[in-house]
Amino acid sequence: MERVAREDLVMFMNAAIASTGQREFRSGAAEQRMSLEFLHEYVMGNYRDLYASTLALEINHLNAVMIVTNLLRTASEAGPEQREREGRLIAARLGTLPPQRVYAMIRRLRRLKVNNRRTRAIIRDWVKARPDPAFDAVKYRRGLSVAARHAHLALPDEVGTALFDWRRPKRYETPILESWRRAHYEQRALYDLPYTAAEGLAARHGITRARFLKQIAPNLTGGERLRLQETAERNHQTGALSMDLGRVPLTRLAIYVLSLPRDERARRRDELTGALRDAAERAAGRWAGAWDPMVAVLDDSYSAYGSGVKRRRPLAVALAVHFMLEALSRNYTGLWLHHRGDPLLVHPIGATGLGERLVDALELRPAHVVVVSDGWDNAPPGLAAEVLRVWHRRLRRSSDTSVVHFNPVYEADTFDVRHLSPHVPSIGIRDAESAPELFWLAEYAAGEADGELNHYLNERVQKFLRTGKEKWWTPSPI
Amino acid sequence: MDALADLIAGPAQVWGAVRLVPLMRDEPVTGLRLHARLHPDEQISVVSTGPRRAYVSYVPHSFVASWGEDGLPAAAFGTQLVDPEASPRGIPLTFRRRPARREDRRRLRFLPLHLAVEGFLALEFAGPPIAWEEWTHRAVTQGLSPRAEAAYNGGAIDGLDDALRIFEIHPDQCGMVLYVADALAAAFVVPHPDDYRALHRTLLSDFYGELIYQYALMYPAVADFTARLDDARITDLAGLRREIGRSRAEWTSFHTLMAGGLREHRATPVYTMGRFTLSRSLPSFDPDVENHLGETITDDEGRLAYLKTFRLSAAQTRRGHLLSTLAAYDWRLDETAAALGTDRQGLVMRLDRAGFGHLLRPEIIDACRAAARRR
Repeated sequence: MERVAREDLVMFMNAAIASTGQREFRSGAAEQRMSLEFLHEYVMGNYRDLYASTLALEINHLNAVMIVTNLLRTASEAGPEQREREGRLIAARLGTLPPQRVYAMIRRLRRLKVNNRRTRAIIRDWVKARPDPAFDAVKYRRGLSVAARHAHLALPDEVGTALFDWRRPKRYETPILESWRRAHYEQRALYDLPYTAAEGLAARHGITRARFLKQIAPNLTGGERLRLQETAERNHQTGALSMDLGRVPLTRLAIYVLSLPRDERARRRDELTGALRDAAERAAGRWAGAWDPMVAVLDDSYSAYGSGVKRRRPLAVALAVHFMLEALSRNYTGLWLHHRGDPLLVHPIGATGLGERLVDALELRPAHVVVVSDGWDNAPPGLAAEVLRVWHRRLRRSSDTSVVHFNPVYEADTFDVRHLSPHVPSIGIRDAESAPELFWLAEYAAGEADGELNHYLNERVQKFLRTGKEKWWTPSPI
Repeated sequence: MDALADLIAGPAQVWGAVRLVPLMRDEPVTGLRLHARLHPDEQISVVSTGPRRAYVSYVPHSFVASWGEDGLPAAAFGTQLVDPEASPRGIPLTFRRRPARREDRRRLRFLPLHLAVEGFLALEFAGPPIAWEEWTHRAVTQGLSPRAEAAYNGGAIDGLDDALRIFEIHPDQCGMVLYVADALAAAFVVPHPDDYRALHRTLLSDFYGELIYQYALMYPAVADFTARLDDARITDLAGLRREIGRSRAEWTSFHTLMAGGLREHRATPVYTMGRFTLSRSLPSFDPDVENHLGETITDDEGRLAYLKTFRLSAAQTRRGHLLSTLAAYDWRLDETAAALGTDRQGLVMRLDRAGFGHLLRPEIIDACRAAARRR
């Protein structure tokens, strides 16, 4: 029982970390989503407590939202104690999610006609905890109005008016609401608004993209600023959106770096490499440089391109893992399948010949070998699995190198990430920053981590409820 | 096929029933480059193939071969051809002159595969050379015209579009052998890896025989040929590396075996461009083996620069077999029947079933049909 639960939990964690329900290199969005929904149903039906507990772990936003929705949707199946625990977990998790995700979830709850007293209370508490309802009424107008109607919220006077009857007042007392009202008639007021709210109004005023970007620049969030770099470049506003790469999280930064043309990457080599190193150092925190020697085998085959909606994501994860392990480990070597030289210039091309590269990695005799790939090994097919089998059966001594496989792609057919070999744990990965946690999960998947599952999970849940942070890194699992 | 000798087969990539085997060259063939030229969608092309003779087909693209000094710049040009003459209503027709046509001093435009298929359609196209009494007047004077064969567009082959999309092209890849449910469907070779990358997607707009279409529909998936290492022989990492090298060698020989059905027989030169020769080849039309139509460009040393093949379906092979046997015996029914191991009536019924009944005089066909009914 414990073993089955362990395997199911690892499978679910892999899915919940890696899957985003978007199109991948080999499967479409609909397949991904259907597969993921089935997996959620299965885990919730069989291990409801465990399902709720995963909210305390580092799963991605889509899956967190799905879990919360499912738990609220099937509240009648839970006992009173379960409900109490779930309620606290949900409230804590919603606090860590980006607001647009939560508003979208509320809209989905409304579509599903889930409107019990507990759901209303959860929505009410979450909205009450938002720092500025007037700001939400401008930036997340649809979301807040749906939430207000669905959960019968009592909003501050002006906010309610702005949501449901905004043309009536001659002027608003709240500054942001007043700017928003004026922005409908006056171009200057536009630039006091958040970017997403101003964008549509700017189009209505017929303001050119270049001018709009230049003026709205101070109001951009970090993510928007990063996303709009290329747009600004296209509109000859290079200087306008200057940004400090030193504050961007590692994987995001890797995606941005890979989105640049190769000659630009080569030109800005020092700046970009420095930013990536800094981001990795920040993510590694106090374990920087503390881990045993490591070698990473990183997949830069054509499939690392991902898909049109997740452009170069698998490659970016590999690049971020490269810098992350470099920061964590005392002695690190990164081996790309095709690319040689500066990892900044990596490019997805060619077939996936993992097998021989794995032998290269094992020959260096590190303490750990980390493979980052989508699990497809086709040059020749299955060679990596054979190498790992022979390594484990014939060559490996007990104190020798251990191998871990990180996979950024969820496979819809198997409800899991694609495994390389039964001898090696395969773990889903979304952000390279969570690598330390994933090492623990890998150990647990391999059956090496001690301690009971429930005990461990309870500890994590307690910590999560106390601190409200899902990030909790085990002091070096290695 | 001997011509594939200087190409090295790489490990196959499998998607559903489609197995794609990359072909690599150590050194690209220099002095010849191919580009694709797309034609507007859904247009039927009328290609003139001789005086008062035309070839009508859906032609999605043509290839442009440029030859000359080494290191030729490979600029793609003119990706769309729109014929102002084509009428806007009904099925638009595009008229093209000859399947292979020189466009410039060092440039040839040809319609890939159509060249080979035209060779098949023109097989014994002239009909009986002597007016034996069994053949109709029309057969003797006008030959087999009009002669038609059907094929499936690559887009109709189940899973082929996905298989081509997710195929990971090797950096030095110059060709591809395509298997559907482990039946050899087509082989495609180009002179240079850059050409291959540019032309990879044209495999989807090519056409394939009926057999391939049905296999793709019926077979859910083929198994991957996974690598196997003999762990009894491995004691250290160097041994592991040796064993990997050995399994790689096995691979290459295995694929030579799998492509064994690709035998060309009668190669006819169509066009000579510098030191390169464009030719098409017909198979033996032996109903017991695979039959592939092919078109090739070879250089003066016999190195294969370009290859494209089309696998005939069983019915098409039978038609080719009948026609070539008839021609071998000067269209004399009794001798041909003896050569095919049947009698006059059997041969007439076979001709009828193969769609050549209209060539025989009605009374002969009717008599044989009646006899067959009585039996």
